Amino acid sequence: MTLSSPSIRPRRRVLAVASGGGHWVQLLRLRPAFDGADIHYATVDATARAMVSPAPVYLYPDANKDTKLRLIVSALTLAVIVLRVRPHVVISTGAAGGYLAIRIARLIGARTVFIDSIANTRQLSVSARLAQRVAHLVLSQWPAVAEATGADYRGAVL
Amino acid sequence: MIFATVGTQLPFDRLLLAVDTWAAMNSDVPVLAQTGRTATRYAHLTATPQMDQSRFADCVAQARVIVAHAGMGTILSAIEAGKPVILMPRRADLGEHRNDHQRDTAAEMAALSNVTVVEDSAALCSAISAALSRSNDPGLVARSGVASARLLDAVRDFIWSEDGRPVHATAASSRPLRA
Repeated sequence: MTLSSPSIRPRRRVLAVASGGGHWVQLLRLRPAFDGADIHYATVDATARAMVSPAPVYLYPDANKDTKLRLIVSALTLAVIVLRVRPHVVISTGAAGGYLAIRIARLIGARTVFIDSIANTRQLSVSARLAQRVAHLVLSQWPAVAEATGADYRGAVL
Repeated sequence: MIFATVGTQLPFDRLLLAVDTWAAMNSDVPVLAQTGRTATRYAHLTATPQMDQSRFADCVAQARVIVAHAGMGTILSAIEAGKPVILMPRRADLGEHRNDHQRDTAAEMAALSNVTVVEDSAALCSAISAALSRSNDPGLVARSGVASARLLDAVRDFIWSEDGRPVHATAASSRPLRA
């Protein structure tokens, strides 16, 4: 890993945020793009740690718009994570936790990108639509969805 | 071994009962199922509510055929491992999900050579048998585990862009933040 090499000093602290299942698998497919950055992960499942070791992994409780109380706990946990990592850049592949992390990270001046799941073939997810109000860049993985929603298209995880 | 998985968030009895029926008729083939939280007992499946990520990866690697709801985590894992995967999308009208996005996902993923999409139990059973007979198909090769070069470039550009501004400003992001 280039991070341990003294010749390349990390100049970017990146916080990569994803919920479980497909969101996390899609985030892992972006890993080559994190080379050379000081990468930190936040997700909902402790068993994900082994897959990105030795990068630090922080945990937050999974929540969605139907679990309001957990959403508040998620937001508070993500606030602690963001303040601890103090990322220059936040990248999320969803879902609700990614939006929350982006919203919090903007308050400390981070640049933020939300990549909507490739599962959303017809419309943006609720999280992506919320992210459009705060993120610097919101990507859809489907050109037609990007076209219709004002999101950007820059390829896909597949 | 057949590996059936319905994710951890919601039960999906229509899929698992169909797989259970197939397993009853094909007792020589072991079937492992990751069922999520459910009260239903499946007589012919080795069932576990959920599994950690390394165990999930092992099951995908060892399976001859994967049967799943149309969840992206399973679809991508199966594609990376080069396994035949049969998808039965969850339907909102049957209370299987909040909306019908899995049907849209499945329709798009059907274009991939190792993906078969089924709508009902009978089609699911015949698809498992058909997939088993082609599980040694040399056309089923493992695919890259990374995103398209274009998306990787976009993410890299975003991380390393020098100024504090977005690389590719959108109309939405050029508005001041209301926080």
